[in-house]
Amino acid sequence: MKFEFSEDQELLRDQARKFLQDKCAGAVVRGVLESDQTHDDGLWREIAEMGWTGVVIPEEHGGLGLGYLELCVIAEELGRALAPVPFSSSIYFAAEALMQDGSSAQKAAWLPKLASGEVVGALALAEGPGATPFSKTKTKAQSSGNGQFRISGVKGPVLDGMAADIAIVPALGEDGFGLYLVALDQNGVERAVEPSLDESRPQARIAFDNAVAEKIGDSGEASLRYLLNKAAVLFAFEQLGGADACLQMGVAYAKERFAFGRPIGSFQAIKHRLADMYAELELARSNCFYAAWALSTDDVSLAEAAAVARISISAAYFTCAKENIQVHGGIGFTWDLDAHLYYRREKLLSSVIGGQRRWREYLVQALENKEMTAADENARVA
Amino acid sequence: MNFDDTPEEEKFRASARAWLAENKFDYGSVVQDGKLFAAVRKWQKIKQEAGWGCLHWPKKYGGQDASPIQNLIFGQEEDAAGMAPLSVSNAITIGMAAATVMHCGTDAQKERHLPKIARGEEIWCQLFSEPVAGSDLAGIKTRAEKDGDGWVVNGQKVWTSFAQYSDWAILVTRSDSTALKHKGLTYFLLDMKSPGVEVRPIKQASGGSDFNEVFLDNVRIPDANRVGEVGDGWRVALTTLMNERAAISSAFPTNFEDAWALSKQTPLGDGAAIEDSAVRSMLADWYVWYQGLKNFSLRLQSDLSQGKTPGPEASAGKLLMGARRQSYISEALDLMDVGGPALSSANGAGWHFAFFRVIGNRIEGGSDEVLRNIIGERVLGLPTEPRVDKNTPFNEIPTSL
Repeated sequence: MKFEFSEDQELLRDQARKFLQDKCAGAVVRGVLESDQTHDDGLWREIAEMGWTGVVIPEEHGGLGLGYLELCVIAEELGRALAPVPFSSSIYFAAEALMQDGSSAQKAAWLPKLASGEVVGALALAEGPGATPFSKTKTKAQSSGNGQFRISGVKGPVLDGMAADIAIVPALGEDGFGLYLVALDQNGVERAVEPSLDESRPQARIAFDNAVAEKIGDSGEASLRYLLNKAAVLFAFEQLGGADACLQMGVAYAKERFAFGRPIGSFQAIKHRLADMYAELELARSNCFYAAWALSTDDVSLAEAAAVARISISAAYFTCAKENIQVHGGIGFTWDLDAHLYYRREKLLSSVIGGQRRWREYLVQALENKEMTAADENARVA
Repeated sequence: MNFDDTPEEEKFRASARAWLAENKFDYGSVVQDGKLFAAVRKWQKIKQEAGWGCLHWPKKYGGQDASPIQNLIFGQEEDAAGMAPLSVSNAITIGMAAATVMHCGTDAQKERHLPKIARGEEIWCQLFSEPVAGSDLAGIKTRAEKDGDGWVVNGQKVWTSFAQYSDWAILVTRSDSTALKHKGLTYFLLDMKSPGVEVRPIKQASGGSDFNEVFLDNVRIPDANRVGEVGDGWRVALTTLMNERAAISSAFPTNFEDAWALSKQTPLGDGAAIEDSAVRSMLADWYVWYQGLKNFSLRLQSDLSQGKTPGPEASAGKLLMGARRQSYISEALDLMDVGGPALSSANGAGWHFAFFRVIGNRIEGGSDEVLRNIIGERVLGLPTEPRVDKNTPFNEIPTSL
């Protein structure tokens, strides 16, 4: 048994961490947060040049053809550094949707450009607040012949929607729910910044009015669930990196800040708080590891493992982000300290593919499915 | 990243499983009483005769020189075979007393006790905590005074699990109260049949009596039963405690299935509780926690498999288990609504037993608070608290009794 990342994967982590420490300091994150840039383009280009965007994209489409475990390692480091780049939208959403359901022509047309970072993708999932079932999606797709479709509806918030060139748009067509690919530089698309609580990863509101679209393969409701399950694991690693950074930040401060004549970390009120952060984070980390394994092997437990990882790391990141601020006291509530950058990112990541309520329901459904499968199996054997 | 046994581990697991299937027996209830301890002795003897009794011990003491991972695999298979409660009840004997004798005892002590422990002929208890010294173990007051070629011991121990079923005990005493707190302790092996040893069961909050008060009144102990040097008892006690935490944190409860079944069979509104969205949300949280503990222990298992020794990080497992388990059981009882307190409710006895047992989970083998200190100081590297008792002779340190 080896329930940990391999030496090569740890080496990749070290390289990624060093690179991001060097190129993605807090000032870079603030550069996007405090301006109307959609992302840090210099950092994005360098990340693409190193091949991170192409890690799981097959070599025939310009990627490296490595595995999801490598992508998890990179995600963790991007999350730790709060990298203000559209990596998740382009890779976990757009590239993944195309690899999963796209036709050969769609893959050939878009994957090389997503792998090189030349094209940025996004997922236009939300239609305002709330978790409506996919079957009640308001955005409509209408066939216009020749395999072409026209999309109409309003989506938002869309993460990286301002930086994106293409969007994956869930919509209801004449024959049901599907995923559609829409180029965003066309007349039928209007977009505007949707002000949000983490402006280091800007969001957009996108209105489609008879926008030209093509359907991604035979995609349906199950495709979106599968896509979200995989994305949940990758986001979980971004969350893990961010939560770990908060814990390390809190621990470092507790060692150097003196009050009542001693380092505050020697007081149990602070020490025990940090110990609880550590314990909750290790529980979540263990769940993330299992989910990484399920993703990398496409195991039948992926739906369950993804939900477990997402629920536990979302809670742990919230704990670590808020308690890091609490350990810092007044300074923790200042704009100048990076603590609020994590507090912002935590909330963005825990809502981007749906909140805790939605994923708890997904998890129980997955457990019910597992039980039914087991019962069927028993009946078959009998 | 994988969960597969290595070929050697797989082979070992298969032979353990086959042997267990042949040799397991029905021992009735898991209530820890004299009847259970008769079964504990019997099971240990059966295991040892077939070579499974003390796998990780050196061959010369009756073990197999097995690796930690083999030991763990046997434990997993023993659990799967339903025999784990017997081994868990013998954990103080094997995991703590024998481990201490093996690391710190004399050759004569090893020869005298280890073979008997291996054959299930000796059950041991741990005479450590006292009314004034629990988490602050080095604050014990039980006196040991040199008398000729032996020692005379007076004092009171408390929270001693299974003392009433034990043949022997590991004992920490204070042999010099004018020395510094951690320097005046001496460690002994005590024959529980010695004159002057009186065991009084303590009625626990649950109503049961697993643990006891043990009074020591002019108890004579030969010097040959001393472990380590006079005044070096703290070091020996730490050896015992390190083994205790390893023994307890590997024993996570695995009963999500009970909660799942409960939510399916308990009515709520027009249907079963599991159809209710608040219950589903709760089930999801329970499962996340349950899987988290499982995956956390898999990481420890992986470390063992890779030949690494788990460090103080393992304390997080026990911390995560206790407090959350207490809420979990309370929430499950709440799910039964008016029927929660009734023994006749679904697996009522099981939930009620757990409702009390979990109190112990949060205190024994390092309370939640001690574990948080261990994580804070030894994992995160935070500074220790200033100590008022460290450089003061023991008899000048303020105390509540």
